[in-house]
Amino acid sequence: MDAIGLVVAGAVLLAAVVFGVLRKVRDGRVRSVSRSASMPMDGQLASLGVRPGVVTLLQFSSAFCAPCRATRVICAEVARTTPGVSHIEVDAESHLQAVRALGIHRTPTVLIVAGDGRVVGRAHGVPKPQQIRDAIGVLHA
Amino acid sequence: MLDPRGPRFNAAITTVVLIAVLVFGSGWLALAQAVVFGLTALSPRLGPYSLVYRYLIAPRLSPPTQLEAAAPVRFAQVVGFVFAVVSAVGYLSGAVVVGIVAAAFALGAAFLNAAFGFCLGCEMYLLASRVMSKPS
Repeated sequence: MDAIGLVVAGAVLLAAVVFGVLRKVRDGRVRSVSRSASMPMDGQLASLGVRPGVVTLLQFSSAFCAPCRATRVICAEVARTTPGVSHIEVDAESHLQAVRALGIHRTPTVLIVAGDGRVVGRAHGVPKPQQIRDAIGVLHA
Repeated sequence: MLDPRGPRFNAAITTVVLIAVLVFGSGWLALAQAVVFGLTALSPRLGPYSLVYRYLIAPRLSPPTQLEAAAPVRFAQVVGFVFAVVSAVGYLSGAVVVGIVAAAFALGAAFLNAAFGFCLGCEMYLLASRVMSKPS
């Protein structure tokens, strides 16, 4: 019996549980970006197909990413059922410049882009439809 | 395409094995786990734990509602293989710290996958792409 090994195993499992729970809790939450922090990224966003005048759910995905598929379904449904909202899905690996400029480090990440071209919210992991709707609702208020 | 519950079952068995590696400080067990990782990387369906899943577990479950791609699973097995080999070499050559650290990393990844469905390889893929293609 290796006492150090036992302690290390326990510590790793504990750290992993904490990390895993935090991830689960935070996944999918839409974090608002304050107006002052939200710099216009017109060139980057326009090059990805973002158009002014509509709210865009800009989703960054990777290949082989099951949560990205689930996110696509949810965003597409919100866009379909909410007027003035469109959904664009972008492959992160083939748009690394935009990924860097927009600070994307995980997939799926959804940026909520207001009609004036500012990023007003970000969510990583699979969002709940209501969280997206709430974030969009604030924009229309 | 694979039944996603298979790799998670594998990760659960792997978690138990790696805990045993650490608790017993066993380089031979780490080596055995490395062989399992290697076989599973070559053929996810024919790896030892996968066979247990297919013949003992899957028949008792309803058919899978979705399938997942094999490539990220195989990538994860390759990463596991590397860590398990390093751990085995560490323990067997007397460099116990190396053995412990490598096994600890592999345990963390396996447990996160088994308990939370978290795929460390998937998460690292984008970060790796970003770093490896730094604009000049």
